[in-house]
Amino acid sequence: MGNKQLHKELLPHLFRQEYAKMTAVLCRHFGLKHIEIAEDIASDTFLKASENWAINGVPDHPTAWLYTVAKNKTKDYFKHISVFETKIKDVLKPKELEKEKDFEFSNQNIADSQLAMIFAVCNPANSTESQIALALKVLCGFSVEEIANAFLSKTETIKKRLLRARNNLCNDNFKIKSLSETEIKSRSDTVLRTLYLLFNEGYFSKTNNQLIRKELCSEAVRLTLILTENPLTNTPQTNALLALMCFQSSRLEARTNDKGETILFDEQDKNLWDKSLIEKGNYYLVNACTGNDISKFHLEAGIAYWHTTPVDKNKWQHILQLYNQLIQIEYSPVIALNRTFAFAKVYGCEKAIIEAEKLNLTESNYYHKLLGYLYAELVIDKAIDHYEQAIQLTKSKTEKQTIKREIEQLKAKGNMQ
Amino acid sequence: MKEFALIFRLKDITDFKPSPEQMQERMNWLGSIAAQNKLVDKGNTLLPVPGSAKTVKPDNVVTDGPYTEIKEFISGYIVVKAETIDEAVEMAQENPIFKIGGNIEVREVMKRD
Repeated sequence: MGNKQLHKELLPHLFRQEYAKMTAVLCRHFGLKHIEIAEDIASDTFLKASENWAINGVPDHPTAWLYTVAKNKTKDYFKHISVFETKIKDVLKPKELEKEKDFEFSNQNIADSQLAMIFAVCNPANSTESQIALALKVLCGFSVEEIANAFLSKTETIKKRLLRARNNLCNDNFKIKSLSETEIKSRSDTVLRTLYLLFNEGYFSKTNNQLIRKELCSEAVRLTLILTENPLTNTPQTNALLALMCFQSSRLEARTNDKGETILFDEQDKNLWDKSLIEKGNYYLVNACTGNDISKFHLEAGIAYWHTTPVDKNKWQHILQLYNQLIQIEYSPVIALNRTFAFAKVYGCEKAIIEAEKLNLTESNYYHKLLGYLYAELVIDKAIDHYEQAIQLTKSKTEKQTIKREIEQLKAKGNMQ
Repeated sequence: MKEFALIFRLKDITDFKPSPEQMQERMNWLGSIAAQNKLVDKGNTLLPVPGSAKTVKPDNVVTDGPYTEIKEFISGYIVVKAETIDEAVEMAQENPIFKIGGNIEVREVMKRD
């Protein structure tokens, strides 16, 4: 290689990929208490790379180069520490930081470290939003600015959130070195839930930035894939979650137009669906169907499966029955509304209106949007009324526009009658 | 909110095994209650068939099958939450069990601490 221009394109990419791995391995080496040292060394390594590669060009094996530098920096750090501890503060017991003879950035160590790191980050002591922020920072190598963009928050807010999360992590007794079966079992629900939310953060993102959304989704997939590589975490639930992510990802391209507006399912160009991802989804869904446990991920993956299946006369009946089960496992207004939409597809709008009005979610814009949709063919005035309430309640500009267009179409239709 | 147990009774043991269509109707009914966030416990189905049902009586008398003196048997139960018993009754009224001659008993749950 040796191309001096190349480093500008290659480095950000490598940073994302390798920063997280490097931090995980270093963290495992230093212990969780010193996560900041690990992060600092990883950042320093990339800083050095950007300076060095700009002058000398990209080395032949950039990843190996990065790991060598990181290793040397770690050695330097320990040398510095031991000088400090023996010469300056030898009164104090210099413990905590366990120094181990040596460590390698081997594939096995990277894989083990990353898995352990996922379990460390998904700490129930942290709020879910902190877990996701920390996951993005530590597991995915996102900058504070990028996380702030994804959450539509201020960088200061994210910084504070990360600080709190890191403190909790340091106080945790979690042993990152040896991930035991009990630890895996007790925490795997939290892990899967965080990865699920990370994916949703991308899929239903508040931001219109397509690039960020795709990155969040693909990072969630990458981390879930790591779970499938270890026999202890390669559970039916993990596979169901991965299947769900694959099915949803297959429609990422088709579900927004170039203005960032959401395209409704019925109106999506099915040619834009990614067939290879659908096949992967099928593969993981089959893997998920070993054992007797039916988790919410199984049900959601099942629903997503039927959505990607073009024609089957019982499609919506299947979807409705899956929603019936899902809502019993976990109530949420969104699931309740989606279930009602599926009900309408099976039994018609008139019966679905009765079901919908029972939900009485009058504060939700989605509730009014659904009723607007259900009334559209029956009582235009009521439909318009609900759509207008939906506009009042929604915060998203593009969403308001989408609904306004619906109202205009209804008005035009009303005038013709 | 109060909690109410809905206790399902059937007359004919052959109605116990539902057709796929009956199953869908039941699930829709249950899903509808859950969608209103009023399902407390989805309960259980109680098997009435020989080998799965016995009735234990005084003086060491044990008979096969469910308690049949009243010519109907309990097939299951769920627990819902509602403001009033009337609201719970309304929920029960939508259950497809009446199509096959079953009935539902609605009973307020007294919570023990």
